[in-house]
Amino acid sequence: MITEDEFYSNLIKRHTKEVHNKINSNKIAIAGIGGLGSYIAVSLARAGIGGLLLVDFDKVDISNLNRQHYSIKHIGKYKTEALKEQIKEINPFTDIKTLNKKVTSYNAADIFGQYKIVIEAFDIAEQKAMLVNTLLSQCKNTKIISASGMAGYKSANDIITKKINNRFYISGDFVTESDNTPLMPPRVMVCAGHEANMALRIILDETNP
Amino acid sequence: MFIVNGKEIENSDGILLEKYINENGFKKERIAVEINGVIIKKSDYSNYVINKGDNIIIVSFVGGG
Repeated sequence: MITEDEFYSNLIKRHTKEVHNKINSNKIAIAGIGGLGSYIAVSLARAGIGGLLLVDFDKVDISNLNRQHYSIKHIGKYKTEALKEQIKEINPFTDIKTLNKKVTSYNAADIFGQYKIVIEAFDIAEQKAMLVNTLLSQCKNTKIISASGMAGYKSANDIITKKINNRFYISGDFVTESDNTPLMPPRVMVCAGHEANMALRIILDETNP
Repeated sequence: MFIVNGKEIENSDGILLEKYINENGFKKERIAVEINGVIIKKSDYSNYVINKGDNIIIVSFVGGG
């Protein structure tokens, strides 16, 4: 086992103390931990984030294995538990909270309102719009990073991050939908990387994409 | 004249936001609308009258994640 001191010393050596302290003193909520959210959570945990809230009602299914950060042994488990278990093996010192619940316009503000940064990582377009609309109108201190358009295997260079306003960022190619194009792992991972990177940038006071 | 996603829209001042959304291929349940920096609640789409000079951003979401 490595100690907390050893773990953080290694990150400080890479990131500098100033950067590490900012990352490590922040908590981020992730709404949906499928293809986007599972990779976002893992990358933020590796970067030394202080804490994560993982929200998803779903259990791991064989159909998730093509692009989500789960293994065959996780099939049938709640995604929240399966992801927490994996993150604890990568960074045991980050504070992981989990919630097995379907997010609605009625509970979203309660679940996410206390987080300064929320990452939307849902699958369904209506759910994405619901969360963005609810948080932007009800949670004035929350910034949301959302995603739209990452299916298929078109150029990964089409995926970008746009800043809509001071509290709303969106990553994706904005057009390629999973309704008629299969989701494939590389572009989903590119988009997850965009969202996670934007979260880090906000934490580090870089507010433009 | 008002602006939607950076594009100038002529001869439509006074139209209801909901009507504009429906007539231009947007799906109400898959969008977020900001007008002059303020997010418009879905329940207000049917009574917001688009004014001359409004700067409107309509963000459309597509599925996948």
